[in-house]
Amino acid sequence: MAKVYGDIVIDIEKCKGCELCVAACPQDSLEQSREVNSKGYLYIVKVQDNCTGCINCALVCPDGAITVYREVAGGKKKEVAKVKNVNKDMTITVDE
Amino acid sequence: MNEKKTLDDQHYEKIIAEESICTQDHVVYEPPKSAMYETPMHYCPGCGHGVVHRLLAEVIEEMGIIQDVIGVAPVGCSVLAYNYLNIDMSEAAHGRASAVATGIKRVLPEKLVFSYQGDGDLAAIGTAETLHTCNRGENILIIFINNGIYGMTGGQMAPTTLANMKSTTSPFGRDVATMGSPLKMTDLVAQLPGTYYVTRHSVHKAGNVRKLKKAIVKSFEYQKEKKGTCFIEVVSNCPSNWKMTPVESNKWLEENMLPFYPLGDIKTPNQKEN
Repeated sequence: MAKVYGDIVIDIEKCKGCELCVAACPQDSLEQSREVNSKGYLYIVKVQDNCTGCINCALVCPDGAITVYREVAGGKKKEVAKVKNVNKDMTITVDE
Repeated sequence: MNEKKTLDDQHYEKIIAEESICTQDHVVYEPPKSAMYETPMHYCPGCGHGVVHRLLAEVIEEMGIIQDVIGVAPVGCSVLAYNYLNIDMSEAAHGRASAVATGIKRVLPEKLVFSYQGDGDLAAIGTAETLHTCNRGENILIIFINNGIYGMTGGQMAPTTLANMKSTTSPFGRDVATMGSPLKMTDLVAQLPGTYYVTRHSVHKAGNVRKLKKAIVKSFEYQKEKKGTCFIEVVSNCPSNWKMTPVESNKWLEENMLPFYPLGDIKTPNQKEN
């Protein structure tokens, strides 16, 4: 089965530490840091490596500080069709 | 010894080798770049205005209408909306944003015009302008942010303040007998023949944010087809003046605001045709 890995990058200068993303994260991987940014807000950091890239945190973020990345690893490919071309034969696959 | 590596092993090996997945190929979501400036917003932590600004910018970018959109900023917390949205914007006098938007739309009928107003602006001082704009059926989009309080001036009672809700001018709670009932603007404008699409949304959960984005896309499409006024109410929070943390305020919103202001479409195009 394909496994999904996600990661987020938080722009700590934009973050105001409102903790809405902490409440929205289904994996509980976010937490408020103990350090402040240049405006004096306790910004949010990712503390666990279990992110699935569901983008809930980015959607509820009022300051647009979160960018989300996702990678699907180990997905089996299912062959759908073979195409014969003049230059090169191709196989079309989809993720199972 | 089992040498077969699991997917997790491979993933952590990559992390140790500092091969992050944070590359441009793996982006699933990033904040809007072209329709929004990089400036940090002045709103209080957890304020719903930021989400709505971001959604507007996202929709404008995705529809490719950045050259064709003109916004009208209100008086209120979102008075500085033009500092964040990288589009043509105008400022209106208190409550008159929909009247200014009408003027802009009539002079430039090919442009897509929206007004962005709060509840003190739209429902109190601008009631006449709003109702008449909707009654005339101007081809504009009105975005109405309802947090039940005057946010900018320090938490005074607004027409949309809930019954028994405390504010600085109703310290014992809003007394319905003397101060009247909360005004449901959205239900009011849905009665008018000029409105085409009237809906109420919120931004307190990720699912609601997705729905609101779809509603904004729909409204701009209706405006392109010259259908009539589109009116979107966004039930939002005001953590500072409700005197709560952002997470508490969202919970309070869900428990108290949403029963009185239920979410969903109030007037959809199909209903009108029937």
